[in-house]
Amino acid sequence: MMMTLIKGSTVAAEGHGHSPIEQFEIRELVPINLFGIDASLTNSGAYMLVALGLIFSFLYFSTGGRSLVPTRLQSISEILYEFIASTVRENVGAKGMQFFPLVFTLFIFVLVLNLLGMIPIPGVTFTVTSHIAVTATLALLVISIVIVYGLYTHGIGFFGIFVPSGVPPALLPLLIPIEIISFISRPISLSVRLFANMLAGHIALKIFAGFIGLLLGGGIWALLAPLPLALTVALTALEVLVAVLQAYVFAVLTCIYLSDAVHGAH
Amino acid sequence: MAENTHKEAVAGEHQVHTSTGAHGSEQPQFPPFNTDTYSSQLVWLTLTFTLLYVLMSRLVLPRIGEVIDERRERIQRDLDTAERLKTDTDRALADYEKALADARANAGAIARETRGKLDAKVAKRQAAADAENAAQIAIAEKRIQDTRTKALASVDEIATDVAAAVVKQLTDADVSAADIRSALSSRTS
Repeated sequence: MMMTLIKGSTVAAEGHGHSPIEQFEIRELVPINLFGIDASLTNSGAYMLVALGLIFSFLYFSTGGRSLVPTRLQSISEILYEFIASTVRENVGAKGMQFFPLVFTLFIFVLVLNLLGMIPIPGVTFTVTSHIAVTATLALLVISIVIVYGLYTHGIGFFGIFVPSGVPPALLPLLIPIEIISFISRPISLSVRLFANMLAGHIALKIFAGFIGLLLGGGIWALLAPLPLALTVALTALEVLVAVLQAYVFAVLTCIYLSDAVHGAH
Repeated sequence: MAENTHKEAVAGEHQVHTSTGAHGSEQPQFPPFNTDTYSSQLVWLTLTFTLLYVLMSRLVLPRIGEVIDERRERIQRDLDTAERLKTDTDRALADYEKALADARANAGAIARETRGKLDAKVAKRQAAADAENAAQIAIAEKRIQDTRTKALASVDEIATDVAAAVVKQLTDADVSAADIRSALSSRTS
């Protein structure tokens, strides 16, 4: 009963969809086969390209003037720069500034992809970060860099991060496995947090938006339609906040993990 | 765009990416867990993320960093200039006050000197005047003295004459003037 309600609601709201998860579907735009691997340009890939184009052109052209007194657009770019730079500096330290371009790229990429998913275009809107494949790849990239850089700078001593300091040796057999599990769970939590936030938010939005159409079509029930509308408006604001916040959380957690690689055992 | 959902129409040899309506028997698959779409997502993610990273680290971030650094330097430079100008001002002010004090001291010295000079001149004139007065006083006193001496001499003569006359009248003797004069002087001295 509930499912049909939801299905019906999305049909009424969007006119073409079938369910609240319809928006997550990956549609092929240009089929490409690369050495037997499916590399087709999909709506996901297209959204990534759009994000790439938007980020680059905004940051590049807004700072074209290199004005000493920044223009409005230039100050947005500078604020983004300073914001991530200070986040890296505070969490990783001055030595961590070599990772600033990486953290900045991760942040701006996730941020723009999250926000692009909040712009409603019927039949098109897609949130790249609502796919675990994307978020997991980014998280694995971060963890790989942490491990490779950690081993490169500290050698085998990097594994000292699994040995908590100031703990009675008797407890170590218990604590070391816990530390290892917590380290391994980092990429999982990093990727699932972003993925689940985007997914759940968009599903909730879609469901509540669907109720509006359903109620409007339900005779006297139309009087109740403003309720889900108000909720949808509130949820939209919340989702914009979540989109920004999750991008920031991703960047901060990346910094915290990188800090282990830079500073070694704690 | 919605038509593309059904992949059979577009890509024959490609696997069906989306499961809605494709497999009658299977449950519709949840798109994020459809592993068939992973390879294309990964390819495009790698491509766009790498390109973005290169553009950011090579082009955009150095540029923004440069502008921010330049501004920071400029502000620092301006602050330094302001600091230097302030020091200059302070020094100029100190110089001015010193010059003022010097000028005051100088003026005092000149005034003192002038006063001294004038005092000396006055004293000299006074001395000259005093000397002249003294000379005149001396001359006058000498004249008075002369007159007095002359007068006294005249008194002797008169006394001699009177005495000779008195003696002649009384004794009818002619006494010489020289005798009378010696007699008088022996009495008076």
